[in-house]
Amino acid sequence: MSERILTYRQAVAEAMAEEMRRDSAVFLMGEDVGKHGGAFAASKGLFEEFGAERVRDTPISESVIAGAGLGAALTGMRPIVEIMYMDFMAMAMDSIVNQAAKVKYMYGGHARVPLTIRTAFGAGRGNAAQHSQSLETWFTLIPGLIVVTPSTPYDAKGLLKSAIRSDNTVIVIENKLLYGVRGPVPEEEYLVPIGKAAVRREGSDVTLLATSRMCNFCEEAIQTLTREGIDVEFIDLRTLKPFDVETVAASVAKTHRVVVVNEGHRTGGYSNEVAAKIMDECFDDLDAPVIRVAAEDVPIPYNATLEAEVIPAVKDIIAGVKQVIDE
Amino acid sequence: MTKQADPKLLVDRYRLMWVIRLHEEALKVLFTQGKIGGTTHLYIGQEAIAAGVIAQLREDDYIVSTHRGHGHMLAKGGELRPMLAEILGKFTGYCKGKGGSMHIASLEVGNLGANGIVSGGLPISVGSGLSAKMRGTDQVTVVSFSDGATNEGNTHEAMNLAALWKLPVIFLFENNHYAVSTEVSRSMAGGMKNRAAAYHIPIQQVDGNDFEAVHFAAEEAIDYVRSGSGPYLLECETYRIEGHYYGDPMVYRSKEEVDAWRKKGPICRLEQALVERGILREAECREIEAEVRKEVEDAVAYAENSPEPPIESIFEDVFTEEGA
Repeated sequence: MSERILTYRQAVAEAMAEEMRRDSAVFLMGEDVGKHGGAFAASKGLFEEFGAERVRDTPISESVIAGAGLGAALTGMRPIVEIMYMDFMAMAMDSIVNQAAKVKYMYGGHARVPLTIRTAFGAGRGNAAQHSQSLETWFTLIPGLIVVTPSTPYDAKGLLKSAIRSDNTVIVIENKLLYGVRGPVPEEEYLVPIGKAAVRREGSDVTLLATSRMCNFCEEAIQTLTREGIDVEFIDLRTLKPFDVETVAASVAKTHRVVVVNEGHRTGGYSNEVAAKIMDECFDDLDAPVIRVAAEDVPIPYNATLEAEVIPAVKDIIAGVKQVIDE
Repeated sequence: MTKQADPKLLVDRYRLMWVIRLHEEALKVLFTQGKIGGTTHLYIGQEAIAAGVIAQLREDDYIVSTHRGHGHMLAKGGELRPMLAEILGKFTGYCKGKGGSMHIASLEVGNLGANGIVSGGLPISVGSGLSAKMRGTDQVTVVSFSDGATNEGNTHEAMNLAALWKLPVIFLFENNHYAVSTEVSRSMAGGMKNRAAAYHIPIQQVDGNDFEAVHFAAEEAIDYVRSGSGPYLLECETYRIEGHYYGDPMVYRSKEEVDAWRKKGPICRLEQALVERGILREAECREIEAEVRKEVEDAVAYAENSPEPPIESIFEDVFTEEGA
């Protein structure tokens, strides 16, 4: 397998380009996705290759963008919809939550919804309260939606391709600060299956579970912890729903201690769901309560020092791991 | 009006209007008997619109319907048996009992779905319009909405995008005067003519209780949209004869107001024209009514005798199996 280094944003663009070449029903629409190449340059080059018909700039109308994605998906197309910032999903919630997620079930199965909704989330850029949120639990809450959140260029490409080929509504949550991150992406075609977590490091003392950019924070924390003699098993969840209980349970059976790291808020954030799942499935294997490393229950502040304090930091992950080991 | 529709078509649509009316009348009885869950929104008084617009669509055209959508489905080719079975929550219903009155849909019939969210269908219609355009077909989408939806952001977003992209969508504004208890004069600033003009969408405003007026306006709208000229707005003024839901005490309007509109009802008006023109005798009208009543009774019996959905079906139909 030839190794090639791409940025996360290049991997996203390549996934869309390949799927658009493969299937004429695939198209992209969203705000500034055309010539501009997307607010985070994740659709760069697509307009030049596929033209304005299949790479459609939309007005700033999130509800109709998402709802039109659904209408097109119901009638033979395979749309990719981009909602520029995850915070703007608030403007599209009816189309996603009341419509796209439910039509298949409400209609007794007589519908398929091959709709992919891409969006970018996360704090750390000084974007303040309305452009920094981690709202994944708005979607994991809703039956009928699949939610994935890749942390590497490899997964960004492979998961997005799986999402586009899926006959269901898949919310693909990308991270604003990961778009420039580089990593190996093979030239050859591949898919990353939805619903499969990735064991990034095997270890015996503690299971560290993380999502998206928090995985990078975990890698950093693991360097320190390893030096201190703590052997961490690290799992990148990748798919938030459906939750890969098998991979996680196997790890917990081995380590008996778990730390969950997610950028969502402490109350109602995704780390809670993970903790609850582990309690449901692995209670007898646990030697200590699950530790959650999450964002404080305040809006994301603008000031960089305050912002870094609100979301999980490497030091919080290290502290969490030490705490669970001391329990 | 000098223009008159073909007598055969008139009789056919007159019959369809009875199908819709008696379907809704049957629901009143079933609701009173406690056999219908939740609430049910009746289309009584608006039959000429579904019969005038939707019934002349092609089989492969789409409709996007509303919470008051039974008439739309029946006019698009929906059948009484699975309709009533669905409303009674039975497994033989259009949605296997999972949707009910507010979510009746059938992609086979071309109904992309009734909708429990006011204005929720408008963005979907933009998508089916876009899809038809991108696939290079000349399919038309008719999206129905009423005065209650006119002030939702969705409606404006959808009108703007459909006009911007010249999509084959007919915005069917069934102005039935009431959104729950709020009369349109208390909810809508400016009127639809101005709004359509703002988006450069051509509009026709017709008496929605006059079948022929609706039919001919719809013919024009469908031709315009099918030829690729972009969206069209058809405003049909009508009246919601029943309450918002069946059983609504209607303290917000007078009996006189309702009675005045009842006299202008679409079925009696078309019937009068049919008799005056010598197309049907009154006795024949009653025969049609009786015939339809029997069909509805048969469908009610079918629905009542249909099986409940099996408990296992709870977990079915959430997702499409990949690769299926």
